[in-house]
Amino acid sequence: MGSTTDGSNGPEGVGRRDLIKRSAALGLISVPTMGVLSACASSGGGGEEKAEAGEKTAKNPLGVNDATQMEFVLFDGGFGKEYGQDAVKLYEKSFPKAKVKFSATQKIQSTLQPRFNQGTPPDLIDNSGAEQMDMGVLVGKKQLADLTPLLDAPSYDNPDKKVRDTLRPGIVEMGQFDGDPVWIMYYAYTVYGVWYSQKALDSLDEQYPETWDQMLAVCEKAKKKGMAGWTYAGKYPYYIPFSLYPMIAKVGGREVLDAIDNLEPNAWKHPAVKASFEAYYELYKKGYVLRGTPGLDHIQSQTAWAQGKALFLPNGSWVENESANVIPKDFGLAVSAPTGLDSSDKMPFGTIWASGAEPFVVPAKAKNPAGGMEQLRIMLSEASSRNFTSKVKSLSAYNGGTTGITLTPGLESGQAALEKAGDNVVNPRIQDWYVKLQKEQIGVAGLGEMMAGRMTPAEAIKKIQGFADAAAKDTSIKHYKHQ
Amino acid sequence: MQHGKYRFVVGFLAVPLGLYALFVVWPFIQSIYYSFTDWTGLSPEFKMVGFDNYSRMLDDDIFWKSLQHSLLFALLLPVVTIGLALFFAFMINVGGRRRKGGPVISGVRGSGFYKIVYFFPQVLSIAIVALLFQFAYNPDSGAINSLLRGIGLDSVQPLWLGDPNLALWCVMAVLVWSTVGFFVVLFSAGMASIPADLYEAALLDGANRITTFFRITLPLLWDTVQSGWVYMGILALGAESFAVVGIMTTGPGGPDYSTTVMVLYVYQKAFRDGQAAYATTIGVALLVVTLAFAAAVMRLGRRERLEY
Repeated sequence: MGSTTDGSNGPEGVGRRDLIKRSAALGLISVPTMGVLSACASSGGGGEEKAEAGEKTAKNPLGVNDATQMEFVLFDGGFGKEYGQDAVKLYEKSFPKAKVKFSATQKIQSTLQPRFNQGTPPDLIDNSGAEQMDMGVLVGKKQLADLTPLLDAPSYDNPDKKVRDTLRPGIVEMGQFDGDPVWIMYYAYTVYGVWYSQKALDSLDEQYPETWDQMLAVCEKAKKKGMAGWTYAGKYPYYIPFSLYPMIAKVGGREVLDAIDNLEPNAWKHPAVKASFEAYYELYKKGYVLRGTPGLDHIQSQTAWAQGKALFLPNGSWVENESANVIPKDFGLAVSAPTGLDSSDKMPFGTIWASGAEPFVVPAKAKNPAGGMEQLRIMLSEASSRNFTSKVKSLSAYNGGTTGITLTPGLESGQAALEKAGDNVVNPRIQDWYVKLQKEQIGVAGLGEMMAGRMTPAEAIKKIQGFADAAAKDTSIKHYKHQ
Repeated sequence: MQHGKYRFVVGFLAVPLGLYALFVVWPFIQSIYYSFTDWTGLSPEFKMVGFDNYSRMLDDDIFWKSLQHSLLFALLLPVVTIGLALFFAFMINVGGRRRKGGPVISGVRGSGFYKIVYFFPQVLSIAIVALLFQFAYNPDSGAINSLLRGIGLDSVQPLWLGDPNLALWCVMAVLVWSTVGFFVVLFSAGMASIPADLYEAALLDGANRITTFFRITLPLLWDTVQSGWVYMGILALGAESFAVVGIMTTGPGGPDYSTTVMVLYVYQKAFRDGQAAYATTIGVALLVVTLAFAAAVMRLGRRERLEY
């Protein structure tokens, strides 16, 4: 058989060597023509015509041109696409002559990256999911439109109130990167914290612990009953910060997290960071972390937790939807602000991490940016917000919109936690400013290793500080500071 | 006759070569070009930065780690996979005990069944295979640890993918499992075409199974083994390792960078960090590694061809 398939390495015929020589020559020829190349994957975007502005009226404060097409690309993830379609219907009602091109996809980056490169992006994008386009780069490269006109426009429900005054705390700030312009409108509102089953706590005859000593006592009690205290998404250890970061803020004050976000030198060496790291490490040391946790992914850890193998789970409010099919009916799903150290903590118990999710952006090169913003204005009305909350079990950026609908246990508990927190809501920006640093370096290489017991808190802090210092020096990433 | 030969050959090859140039060579040239820019991949604007990306790459610890892992994949995976596949194929086709009244050369009992079983994983998409094994490796309730508990090894409960010392081997095992069947079938086809009288002659001379394998089967199968080797190496450097590492491992790429491979790093740089230019630089390095691998295999594997 060999005689028929061979020929690849024989010395006769048009040999490989000739072919290589020729392709090398081809390469040489093409070097001078490199200039042409820039037209390939990335054509210059200039010359795109913007839609003519329509007349600004009370009903149309953003001046949308009724006759222009508006294109809206929604991320079709955990929240589905129905709420987007409902909002589009309202837009079509307001502008009967306008054509709306609505699409929903999970592949945000694959579908939209080429269009950004060609300079023909859609008018409104929900830039979310695993294929999220890096916001820092989009902002840094001036690809996004400033949403200030939208925020200063009268709100959909009440013409005397600006849109910006109808939003939950932190939403506007989260959309800013440096300076005043607001690049991103986060539409959903996520509560991060420690998730647990009220039923399981009741069975231990315990309340949610407010100090770390109480936390350890509850875990010990659970351990005696054959239940682990904690589990977390071991394969994605960047879930740990959901409760660890607000704890750091509670112990040492808001400014500790700000210093971390600002990549300040020695920010991680603050005593509050050290104390919180050591507290978490103690969970591992005392055997309160569910065995095998470092090998579990988020779904597996949530499942183990829902089955009652562990009491506490650092997570976000999406967990209720994501694990809906494994959480028992009588689970009593609840979220609490993270446990602090003791009464000497700088911030009160209740300090919680809550922030926007589902980032909506209007590209700078969109043809009809006013249309995109108007669509957002419609979505930020009370009716649309209520529709969103009742359909997808999540709060929205609109401050309110929960009256008149029955909230699920997790949602209700999240709402209560927010009320308890009041102004003590923290929002660590490292998560959206420096994605790689937060997830891969601090999360996987730092916290993940520490919680698996392969690194002491001191070593983890040293390593993480090293990553942060490197990121601060790295000229290939854009740096941001708290205002 | 000689003078018209090239024109004749070119006439036939123009279209395929054109397509090859457009869809393979041209993207290569483009990526080399982009590796000298600061293109983010998210906006049409960029400028030339010379060798900045390359000097950055040489200082990048994670790049070296991913290179190391990719090389390990490219060297070890073909050895293990092809070794196993050769053994299985030999046992299926040649290695059987001689049965009364049967053919001189035959496989072990039930070889037809084994052949099908080995090929099963090939039918599954690599993404599904990776997901399945992710469940098996679950330290809490996965099949492997449950089995260990079942046979009384309660104290041996490794973290598998969660352990930096084991994670890379776990990934490799999955790749071996999912690809070995293809090579069993490939080598079986090759062995089936080796004339039976060669084996008969060897048996008459008193050769045992091991001698038969090394003196007859392997030399006559050499061409197939060699192409299989290149194919497997490219799989290990490219798509398969990307899928398995990307789906199964911590992070992905961890824990603590213990499983990151070059393809994954390219992907993360281009599509997570918005550094498309740097990603193409790593892509160029990957191209060099792949070419070097293919060249090395071709050169080391050069042997005189046997005609039969």
